Amino acid sequence: MRPPTDIASAIPKGGNLRVRRVWNVVMVILLLLGSIVVLSPLIAVLGAVFVNGLPTINLAFLTQEFRPVGEGGGGLLHAIVGTLMMNLLALLIGGLLGFAGGVLLSEYPDHPITPYLRTISDLLNGLPALLKGLVIYAIIVLPTGMFSGYAGALALAIILAPIVLRSTEGVLQLVPWSVREAGVALGLPRWRVTISLVIPAATFGVVTGLMLGFARAAGEAAPLFFTAGGSQFLNLTLGQPTESLALTIFKYANEPAVLRQEQAWGAALILTSMVLVASLLARWATRKYN
Amino acid sequence: MNQQKPYSVSMPTGQTETKLTLAADLRPRMETKGLSVYYGKKMGVRNVSMPIYANTVTALIGPSGCGKTTFLRALNRMHDLTPIARVEGEALLDGQNIYAPGVDAVEIRRKIGMVFQKPNPFPTLTIYDNVAAGLKLMGVRRRDVLDEAVERSLTQAALWNEVKDRLRAPGMSLSGGQQQRLCIARALTVQPEVLLMDEPTSSLDPISTQSIEDLLTELKKHVTVAIVTHNMQQAGRVSDFTGYFLLGDLIEFGPTNQLFTNPKDPHTEAYITGRFG
Repeated sequence: MRPPTDIASAIPKGGNLRVRRVWNVVMVILLLLGSIVVLSPLIAVLGAVFVNGLPTINLAFLTQEFRPVGEGGGGLLHAIVGTLMMNLLALLIGGLLGFAGGVLLSEYPDHPITPYLRTISDLLNGLPALLKGLVIYAIIVLPTGMFSGYAGALALAIILAPIVLRSTEGVLQLVPWSVREAGVALGLPRWRVTISLVIPAATFGVVTGLMLGFARAAGEAAPLFFTAGGSQFLNLTLGQPTESLALTIFKYANEPAVLRQEQAWGAALILTSMVLVASLLARWATRKYN
Repeated sequence: MNQQKPYSVSMPTGQTETKLTLAADLRPRMETKGLSVYYGKKMGVRNVSMPIYANTVTALIGPSGCGKTTFLRALNRMHDLTPIARVEGEALLDGQNIYAPGVDAVEIRRKIGMVFQKPNPFPTLTIYDNVAAGLKLMGVRRRDVLDEAVERSLTQAALWNEVKDRLRAPGMSLSGGQQQRLCIARALTVQPEVLLMDEPTSSLDPISTQSIEDLLTELKKHVTVAIVTHNMQQAGRVSDFTGYFLLGDLIEFGPTNQLFTNPKDPHTEAYITGRFG
């Protein structure tokens, strides 16, 4: 028999403590630099929106409707209300569809429609938002002969649904398999286990996914041009052409009047804050509920 | 720690002993006939036929990968959850094949409960709700019924005294041993006729293990138990019957003291004497 190998001497020496300490500092600095590089665009965008948008924000800007530049330019109430209505409806439709699809993909992987659903959702996820708007234009706007908030909300729902679907599937997969086994072994039907034991264990992640979808939809302007159509008036129903903050930003930013450009910054700040507040509220509510 | 069994007299032949041991009304609560489980093309257990007698504890022993857990999970149709698993043969509960067409697996699992190797409390629920989960989710609303069931199960699982003052605390806040007893209580609340336990004490300390072993002796008054264990002393301590599995086959089945003192199969002997496995 061969004599046993001296394992201890076979392990490469890790250098002395001083060298390792220096390496540690170097690596920590590199990681910090990396983080700064990744975060700086985000900070730059948020900073620019805040710095440029804040001066335009005042009560009138939030409570008045559109007015011509010569009459002071008015406010964005019509766009704020339109955004809220369209996005909430989109969140309701697209969120429900995406959530249901995510549950199906995660909990019933053997269901016959699962592979089709996965393909469709991947396809939708990769499709430009503009095309989704065109689809709604073709099937809703053309037949009804008018732009409407409903058409806009539907377009946003199609954008939102695959995002919610994917995130829902992902967070449900994070719930340990043993939870399902435990529930099923108690003599509970699979659907009951899903609704009462699996989904509650993933509520926080599901809500985060919904907010992600909401934020994405709220920022979309392109598909709304030929669905919601935009408007200068305050509507309290979605049956008419409806304005959205994302549309406002695009239109105002392209106008020659400096006032409009400043208002576009203001609209950007309102939109950003809206998404932020919605997501904070949703998180707070989930935590409270749990 | 080890209690003397009523039939621990060693007898030369299993036959006499069986009669001595197991009094008059020994009847199989469950029985498998030619039961095989495959994972895809891979064989898990092959052609196993054995009884699980009512109000006894049956231990399933054998080296890792021998199929004892696979066999156990076939007894309440847990393999239904694994798409690639396929079960052949019969598993009878009171003479009824649980794999017969038209049998509702949910009904079966209501009668045949399971405790898993790792404690798996429901992560979002309190201690109380974990134990009450089965009844609540089956639609029981009456507070008094739930309260009583929770207290009874927790007492049976030897956990009541430790948690009675904090039933509203999360189930996850308990220690590992307590969590496992919580899972046993949870399984008992729905009053199963048979309880399948898959190495329930493998992640527990000796004291928790002992409390669960003591519990088994108490439990079998009402429930029939099948327990997978890696620990042969445990099998010897708690079980009335033992099945020895090797490479997917049931090598030997018999009254525990006979199988341990006078195994018929040389493989069994090698395993229980520690020369193999």
